[in-house]
Amino acid sequence: MTATIQDKLFLDRFKVDEESHLRIVNGEKCLKECEGQACLHLCPANVYRLEGERITVNYEGCLECGSCRIGCPHLNIEWRFPRGGYGISHRFG
Amino acid sequence: MREEFDAAIVGAGPAGISAACILADAGIKTIVFERGEYPGAKNMSGGVLYGHDLAQVLPDYAERNCPIERNIIESRIWYLSREAGYSFGYRDSIFAGERKHNAFTILRAKFDRWYAEQARKKGALIVPSTVVVDLLRDAKGQVAGVVGGRDQGEVRARVTLLADGINSPLAARTGFRREPRPEQVALAVKEIIDLPSEVIEQRFGVSGADGVTTEILGEVTGGMDGIAALYTNRSSISLAIGANLADFAARKLRPYELMESFKQHPMVAPLIAGGQPREYIAHWLPEGGYDAMPALYGDGYLIAGDSAMLFNALHREGNNLAMASGKMAAEAIIESLRRGDSSKRGLAGYGERLAASYVLKDMKKYRRFGRFRYERKELFNELPRVATFAAREMLTVNGVSKKEKQKLIMRTVRKEVPLPKLFRLLWQAWRAVR
Repeated sequence: MTATIQDKLFLDRFKVDEESHLRIVNGEKCLKECEGQACLHLCPANVYRLEGERITVNYEGCLECGSCRIGCPHLNIEWRFPRGGYGISHRFG
Repeated sequence: MREEFDAAIVGAGPAGISAACILADAGIKTIVFERGEYPGAKNMSGGVLYGHDLAQVLPDYAERNCPIERNIIESRIWYLSREAGYSFGYRDSIFAGERKHNAFTILRAKFDRWYAEQARKKGALIVPSTVVVDLLRDAKGQVAGVVGGRDQGEVRARVTLLADGINSPLAARTGFRREPRPEQVALAVKEIIDLPSEVIEQRFGVSGADGVTTEILGEVTGGMDGIAALYTNRSSISLAIGANLADFAARKLRPYELMESFKQHPMVAPLIAGGQPREYIAHWLPEGGYDAMPALYGDGYLIAGDSAMLFNALHREGNNLAMASGKMAAEAIIESLRRGDSSKRGLAGYGERLAASYVLKDMKKYRRFGRFRYERKELFNELPRVATFAAREMLTVNGVSKKEKQKLIMRTVRKEVPLPKLFRLLWQAWRAVR
């Protein structure tokens, strides 16, 4: 049986901040200028999802690798570390 | 916080903590900032650590109850196509005896926490849950300390060590290291899979606290430049798979789906059967090599470990380069503070030490290796396929003569990888690792 990304993220421990540490700077650009939309594929936590007309940012499950930040061909993602102590906490690592 | 320190360290990983131990031993007033809830909370590695470099910092690590998972006595390399594969292994009892703990597996959330605790006992101040968002500069532009996020204030320090890992918005923001390009990092995902220790010992043919590592190359990374690993812990398996980030972007493969198909490979599935997944995490590996390294020190600061792009992909060494560079950074800091000169010139001992050590020698030796793999995708596509074809033909007994089988194999090899291409590949491989 294949585990889905939801199954995988369910294993992890997150301390979720109310405010997102990830932000798409210009949403228009994603839909009008971005052909590949790499974020939809390369994010290991499926944070970026195409929902109807826009890309949503499900920052709660972010694994904090940074791939979207440098993988976005338009460098259109503003990326901070979550506030100290927030975000994922590896129990094994 | 308005206190002044001799040394401020960003990041409580192997580089930062190694430095903190050496500095605290020398009586240097040291503070370490860690953004995670505890040291190790944000860290990931395949999971192999080397006793030599740890002993350079803590000779008595075993007596200090270092959380070792398994002592590695056998290293395996697999070369896989989608449904088959070759296995090479080297087991040596010397690694269970006289060279015990040459390599051992660890889990970073446990190890880093323990390691930071040793630095704390020596007198370093470890501050978790604190993100460093900027660096302080004095009037001459020399780094003079750090700025914490969200009202955590400033801490002045005479020297600052950046040991905050490969994913460092701080380095990019302050200009001490350029943001990596996608092809300069590999994205790896990892799962910890619980299995009873007896089952692990049976499946890998080991006893007691001994263990096995397996590095895996070939078609498992979906044709991308990448690698997978399967390491034994005490009562779990570390399973990791990663590939060049630019390849992920181009191929549109999802990391978690790659992991799932890897787990179903006929050589992997039986080893993890019945196991319970416990954690799923992701991290970058620095793949830029020697030519992507930033300036390693300047006025008032130094860079060590992953943050400095110190990583040897061929020999899966990273933690040890972090520890060794952290230690050398600390030695240079001690020198500079004694002389009262923490300018670039005062910290030059760091560069000299690194250049004289295996760290920079190995980085230089393999400077072509990353590019070689990235550009020669045959390694992950055609080659494992023809290798599988050849073994299948030679091992199938079906009344066809061996001579005919050889001809058939050579025809297939030529079709998939024309001979000039194959020779060029071998030549480049030799140049990349010699």
